[in-house]
Amino acid sequence: MRAGSRRNGSSPEGCSVEGLETVGSALLTLGLVAVAVALSLYERLDLEKDIGIAVVRSFVQLAAVGYAIDYIFGLESLVAVVLLLAGMVGFAAWTSARRARGVLRAFPVAAGAIGVAAVATLGVLLLLGIVPATARYLIPLGGMVIGNAMNTASLTLARVRDDVAEQRLKVEAALALGATSRQAVSPILKTALRNAMIPLIDSTKTTGIIFLPGAMVGMIIAGADPLEAARLQIVVLYMLLGSVSIAAILVGLLSYRSFFTARHQLKVDLSKG
Amino acid sequence: MGLKIKVSSLWYTTGGVEILKGVNTGVPEGKVTSIVGPSGAGKSTLLRAINRLIEPSDGEVYLDGAPTSEMNPLVLRRRVGMVFQLPALFGATVEEAVLYGAYLAGRSADAARLLEMAGLDASYEDRDLQALSVGQQQRVSIARALALEPEVLLMDEPTSALDEAARRKVEELIRELNHRLGLTIVLVSHALDQVERVADRVVLLAAGRTEGEWSKEEFFSGEGREQAERFVSGRL
Repeated sequence: MRAGSRRNGSSPEGCSVEGLETVGSALLTLGLVAVAVALSLYERLDLEKDIGIAVVRSFVQLAAVGYAIDYIFGLESLVAVVLLLAGMVGFAAWTSARRARGVLRAFPVAAGAIGVAAVATLGVLLLLGIVPATARYLIPLGGMVIGNAMNTASLTLARVRDDVAEQRLKVEAALALGATSRQAVSPILKTALRNAMIPLIDSTKTTGIIFLPGAMVGMIIAGADPLEAARLQIVVLYMLLGSVSIAAILVGLLSYRSFFTARHQLKVDLSKG
Repeated sequence: MGLKIKVSSLWYTTGGVEILKGVNTGVPEGKVTSIVGPSGAGKSTLLRAINRLIEPSDGEVYLDGAPTSEMNPLVLRRRVGMVFQLPALFGATVEEAVLYGAYLAGRSADAARLLEMAGLDASYEDRDLQALSVGQQQRVSIARALALEPEVLLMDEPTSALDEAARRKVEELIRELNHRLGLTIVLVSHALDQVERVADRVVLLAAGRTEGEWSKEEFFSGEGREQAERFVSGRL
């Protein structure tokens, strides 16, 4: 799939959206944020501060990433793209690990799972010639893969940790019957993997009927041919299914070991005394 | 009759707290040995150290004279079965639950026969686990442990969640398994009336140390009586 056709309002270098040529025009949407703040004040939801932080952070982060991507586009260097994606993997793994306090080695587990998911899915897209090896494709697609893999890693890590704690009695009962750590934790892993993957599977099932996914919406708004946008969205969805599956399975398989010793003993002490 | 299990200078520390402080004791083969003691004495910890569900900080547990630290823990746990305070069962039906451990070990077992051994008739095989009372579920967990044909059965307060009638049935079952199969049983209990009905020997633990070990008769009416009374009156 190559870059989509351009329509009115597009430039040869890239698309622009009518009415959004300046930051000022984008900031007009702050009026809608004001509605949210007003609602929060009226209903005493105490969310005004959070809304304010979210608005400022999103503005700063998106502006920064916009400039960074623009700079990397200008470099026309694949090494710079790889470095940026590696940085995104590191930040995603750090975020996942923070959500998984209590899981030993959560950062390397999350980094490994998210990194492998990104390399495997982007690698397949490149090897099959589905997308070209350019910053314009690799950065946004990589961002989607890494973001979704991060959410999956966070969900899986937290779920496995919580379920091992909650179901300690069952895990210990299985170990007492001669089960390996892997066998003892197997039902917990299955539940965690299912819960991590079902949201994306469901959204993939309903895509185009209940909602239009982000990449497609973005392309259509930017002036691309809807059929071209649909083709790219199909690639994105299948890519995300693959990356989320890889991330969930790797996180599950790598994380459960942190709860057991090499002699198949739960590290959490269950003794009543 | 020799010792089936020997516990030698066993220490266990977790989170900076010493739970076991050099426990020495033995479990004679073919007998029901009851471990009693106040809360926090280290009874359950000792049981878990015997089948190495926890790793002792120091000391050794011997099974038939062989150090368990050198055994494959999976093989050890099949030789030394365990029944917990609450029955944690796997599967949907009674049959699935009974055969779970045997399935993990790649062995076949006769669920109907095991259920009968645990005092439930074969008609229970297809029943939904959720439809059973806690007492019946505890019997299923005993049948599950028996499926691995263990040489020793560790029981961690197996009747504490049961009503009086179910408790008595499990006590009868413990005696029956010991008499009929010659099974060596280690029973953690805080109820001395139960110990008097079921045990052959009594080991008294307090604050992570062995206070003494006696035959049941010695404990209740002989030289262990003073210690038994101190335990009952909360002075241990």
